[in-house]
Amino acid sequence: MERPLTENIRSDGQPVGIEEYEKLGGYQATRKALGGMSPQEITAAVKNADLRGRGGAGFPTGIKWSFIPMGDAARHPKYLVCNADEMEPGTFKDRLLLEGNPHQLIEGMIVSGYALEADLAYIFLRAEYTLAAKRLGQAIAEAYAKGYLGRRILGSDYSLDLRLHLSAGRYICGEETALLNALEGKRAIPRAKPPHPQTSGLWGKPTIVNNVETLSNVPHIVDRGAEWFKSLSHTDCGGTKIYGVSGRVKRPGLWELPMGTPAREIIDLHAGGMRNGYGFRGVIPGGASTEFLLEEHLDVRMDFDSLPKAGSRLGTGTMIVLDDKTCPVGMVLSLETFFARESCGWCTPCREGLRWVVQIIDAIEKGEGAGEDLDILEGQCRLLAPGHTFCALAPGAVEPLQSALKYFREDFERHIKEKGCPWR
Amino acid sequence: MATIYIDNKPYVVKDGQNLLHACLSLGFDLPYFCWHPAMHSVGACRQCAVKQFRDEKDTKGKIVMSCMTPAAEGTRISIDDPEAMEFRASVIEWLMLSHPHDCPVCDEGGECHLQDMTVMTGHNYRRTRFPKRTHRNQDLGPFINHEMNRCIQCYRCVRFYCDYAQGRDFNVFACHHAVYFGRHRDGVLESEFSGNLIEICPTGVFTDKALKRHYTRKWDLQTAPSVCVHCGLGCNTIPGERYGALRRILNRYNGEVNGYFLCDRGRFGYEFVNSGQRVRTPLMKNNETGALEPATKGDVIERLSHILYFGANVIGIGSARASLEANFALRALVGPDRFFVFDETRRRLMATMIGILKSGPARTPSMKDVASSDAVFILGEDVANTAPMLALALRQAARQRPMQDVAKLKIPLWDDTAVREVIQGEKGPFFIAAPHATKLDDVATETYHAAGEDIARLGFAVAHELDPAAPPVPDLKEEALLLARRIALFLKGARRPLVVSGMSGTSDSLLRAAGNVAWALCKTGHDAALCFTTDECNSLGLGLLADLGDGYVSDIGKAFALAEKGKLDAIIILENDLFLREDISRVERFLEGCGHVIVIDHLFSRTTGKADIVLPAGTFAESDGTFVNNEGRAQRCFQVFVPEGDIQESWRWVRDALNAARRPIQWRTFDDVVAAMAGEMQQFEAVAEIAPPAGFRIAGQKIPRQPHRYSGRTAMHAQIDVHEPKPPDDADTPLAYSMEGFEGIPPSALVPRFWAPGWNSVQSVNKFQEEVGGPLRGDDPGKRLIEPTGGKEVPYFHEVPGAFVPRKGELLIVPLYHIFGSEELSVLSPGIAGMAPHPYLALNPFDAEGLGMNAGDEGEVVISGNTYRLPITLMASLPQGVAGLPSGLPGLRGIVFPAWAKTGRAT
Repeated sequence: MERPLTENIRSDGQPVGIEEYEKLGGYQATRKALGGMSPQEITAAVKNADLRGRGGAGFPTGIKWSFIPMGDAARHPKYLVCNADEMEPGTFKDRLLLEGNPHQLIEGMIVSGYALEADLAYIFLRAEYTLAAKRLGQAIAEAYAKGYLGRRILGSDYSLDLRLHLSAGRYICGEETALLNALEGKRAIPRAKPPHPQTSGLWGKPTIVNNVETLSNVPHIVDRGAEWFKSLSHTDCGGTKIYGVSGRVKRPGLWELPMGTPAREIIDLHAGGMRNGYGFRGVIPGGASTEFLLEEHLDVRMDFDSLPKAGSRLGTGTMIVLDDKTCPVGMVLSLETFFARESCGWCTPCREGLRWVVQIIDAIEKGEGAGEDLDILEGQCRLLAPGHTFCALAPGAVEPLQSALKYFREDFERHIKEKGCPWR
Repeated sequence: MATIYIDNKPYVVKDGQNLLHACLSLGFDLPYFCWHPAMHSVGACRQCAVKQFRDEKDTKGKIVMSCMTPAAEGTRISIDDPEAMEFRASVIEWLMLSHPHDCPVCDEGGECHLQDMTVMTGHNYRRTRFPKRTHRNQDLGPFINHEMNRCIQCYRCVRFYCDYAQGRDFNVFACHHAVYFGRHRDGVLESEFSGNLIEICPTGVFTDKALKRHYTRKWDLQTAPSVCVHCGLGCNTIPGERYGALRRILNRYNGEVNGYFLCDRGRFGYEFVNSGQRVRTPLMKNNETGALEPATKGDVIERLSHILYFGANVIGIGSARASLEANFALRALVGPDRFFVFDETRRRLMATMIGILKSGPARTPSMKDVASSDAVFILGEDVANTAPMLALALRQAARQRPMQDVAKLKIPLWDDTAVREVIQGEKGPFFIAAPHATKLDDVATETYHAAGEDIARLGFAVAHELDPAAPPVPDLKEEALLLARRIALFLKGARRPLVVSGMSGTSDSLLRAAGNVAWALCKTGHDAALCFTTDECNSLGLGLLADLGDGYVSDIGKAFALAEKGKLDAIIILENDLFLREDISRVERFLEGCGHVIVIDHLFSRTTGKADIVLPAGTFAESDGTFVNNEGRAQRCFQVFVPEGDIQESWRWVRDALNAARRPIQWRTFDDVVAAMAGEMQQFEAVAEIAPPAGFRIAGQKIPRQPHRYSGRTAMHAQIDVHEPKPPDDADTPLAYSMEGFEGIPPSALVPRFWAPGWNSVQSVNKFQEEVGGPLRGDDPGKRLIEPTGGKEVPYFHEVPGAFVPRKGELLIVPLYHIFGSEELSVLSPGIAGMAPHPYLALNPFDAEGLGMNAGDEGEVVISGNTYRLPITLMASLPQGVAGLPSGLPGLRGIVFPAWAKTGRAT
């Protein structure tokens, strides 16, 4: 089983330095791309590889790129932005790549930047990732020193500057348009689409925003080809995927596995199953803003197309397991508290609706629930739907709640009936 | 045009609109908060949700925000879809979770957009039992009251204040449900457009603090269409009265003039009407004591009769803040050759201005035209202080060039966030040449700070660059020459170039230079507009009335000369304090030599102090009248309330005087005066058509000044008489002092208030417009009196002034204008008085150093024999050799600018 993204990450916790990275075949894709490939050839390879965005939405990367104006028609400067604002609860996959192999990301950005004819690239990094910030800063300096960044990279006609930007710290900054606003120094509020960032992105100029894991895949696609990349996957969606498991399992962690590995295999085999004394109750498969899955769903393949059939989403592919000794109401309260707090405050349903949801769940958890509360919660789940709100935050926020109301309804009802949390 | 389907019925709408705009224009009641017709869509509040269907077969559809969805050909939507209706009611439910529900004690109550939208969506039951979020309120200064707990976070305030008006001391803070709108800390709002927050805010977060001191509900206010009297722009207003006092001013939408907004001087300057400075009874001088004493109207008329019947030589002085009708009446009384207007400087400027506008090819733009100009060149004018709303329009003009790029990206211009994102800090070509830094400099692409002569020379040079037939400027410095070339290049490249100048520069060279630039553009095939600011609400009207082009009508200086010859039996001064106009000692000498001094005015002044007879005039709120704004647009202002006692319109006093002089005149009503004026003076023919005449009725009814919910009619005078008095008749207009009458939409010039069924707030203006954001139904009111002659053959001005040469031992004192303080009437409003600066003398730092003075030192300046002691302020942008004095402040009145003066440390 090939693990292109993580195979070079050292087990001693140290980052892969530039010499080591080069020795392991690093920056070959850069040489190959700048040495003879056209930007269109790279975009075509990424498209053919069926690489889909690893930030959670799963939009095909090559198609995203194909919308950016190229050549003389394009307005400049053009920007490439790496979304490294990993703040989804339960998600820590980008951190591994950022801390373990920063040059892989930098190379991904150089190659992608070349494909997009970008003039300036930014890594928008979650501020709490201080170790990643330090290592990225060092890696960028190393890449500049060796001529992989800056004017006329490796003697080619292509120039790219790369800057590291530390987020001021809001979950909404992970939303690509809010990220762009934050990068401009404005309030981190999402923008309406259209216009898409490809038309009017950072400072109103053509911009592509990609996730860390997405960009880290690009050098491997360029290096070894689209067919090889597709062959890594169990499904139509190319490549490997870094899956993660947290919760009361024996070995919480991250594993790079073929895209489409079934959830049961990840939880039982790689995470070692539930800890002794704990039973499996459910799992949120892709970060906090996805719907719960139950035992009966675990044979589903973890990929962008299969999970919706089971009623959830792949999201970031990092699971949070709910065990049978933890109050599902408490878990949902914790999640919704996070989302309500992280609402940017721009649109009414998210700003007011999520706060109300939290107030109600909090009352239920405290034993102060009322009969009509569950109806109101269900109504809020329906009303906070995609398209009703300005961005995807609130619809994502109610996904775990909506499924919890479906799968763990008796727990909510017991809280109300028994006027308290049965787990306390 | 595009056909869209709303609930399966086809409608034809204009291209390029969003669905909300289209639906509202079609008359649908679709609720909204964050959208504003002047500020467009951002999609924040989610209130305007509708169901959109792909095609006829699509029965499921999806919820979309109508404000963010193009009304493209074939678009199918449902407003009445149950899911859409449920969602819209839910939005109100969310907004109401933390709203305090304090309507009975909220100043917005009864005219609250949130109330209206709540009723419109049908939400009526509160399902939450949890605590509301609360906020701390701020003291935002004398104009705006802040009550954040009522906020529904529609972001309109911050979008207006920061994006539209480009203020910098207000913003949105915090996030999620703690979002807060205000200043970074308590303090007076710095923007001169802060008062618009009152109308922008859909609920009671920002309310009128001046109104609060004499609060009255909208339904209890008697209102009439009016025109602002605090500068020359003629913004349309709605003053509201109760119990004989003016309570507030609201915007009266006029698509061509002020649109949706007013400046704070216009909104809060009205309190002079209620002030203790008002002349409320006729006064006559007691010949023994020399004191002015109250008199009956009969006694006064009798005295007038003596004076005027026997007086062989009576002159009149007109007023730029009085109506055309009052001025015309006085002119008729004294005769055209004895009618004097303006001081010497203003007369000269006005003659030049009218000459340029009448004879040349450049059109005067409306403020709407100004806002759509894509290249601007300002000569010598501090617009933000002399004509504030023009500055707001100019701020929008600075975006027009970059907007052309936005359109190329196929981004709809109503998508405000996307438009601003593309524009970023880009601004169109915008050049300001002024004697000092101005508040508008932040939108300028280049500024040039120089003395008036040098600014005029720059203007002449620009004209020469545009058209070599325009005269060249000898000995122009290279820096100015290169700048002139750049300005010419950008003006030439624009689709709608605009040249701005005005009276405040006190130099006719500036006006001529501006004229040459605009003419050079017109002559070389460009559609150039030429905007001159005027200083008072009827300056241009008075100029046209006095026919300054002809030259036989004279300024006050000529009247002074007459008086020196000792020939004057009496002088009638209309709504004027001469001590503001000319040098104080000259005015003193003049009035002493005048025989009888008769003053018709509404305020006591130094001039009334010298009068033998003072006749109490009605203010704009107590009179009907016509004012001509700087565009040349004649606009009607209607009496809002009947003044107490013997106060009456100035023209009625003049009419009474005519009768007293046994020259009986047949003017019974206002329309009679207008007809006489329009008949006698060709330039005013259109004035009779500004508004329907007094006999106008709709379905036999007059238009009520009082709303249908006016309360207390039978009780408000009960302490005097329990019988309800007969309402006053209004023989002058089609408006009635009644709550009864025509309740629909009257002709645009007669709209006394915006109010429509289900729409109690100011947003009801939607229902009065042809299309939302467009002209009022039946076109925006007002008639333009000056149109360009199209005379491309008009010769350029050749009087290029020499460069400014500083003098040794003297400084050139120029006026510095302050929006709050420089205008005579508004400064009587307590809020505005509090915002006025203390008198000061502004010096260039090098001049100050030369005089051995620092900021804060007491300086002394001697202007035509009068000594002023003032603290020194350093103003780096003032040219060397030039000093500035605030114009019009109490204590600094009657200075004739510009003046050479000896300046030094106070001794």
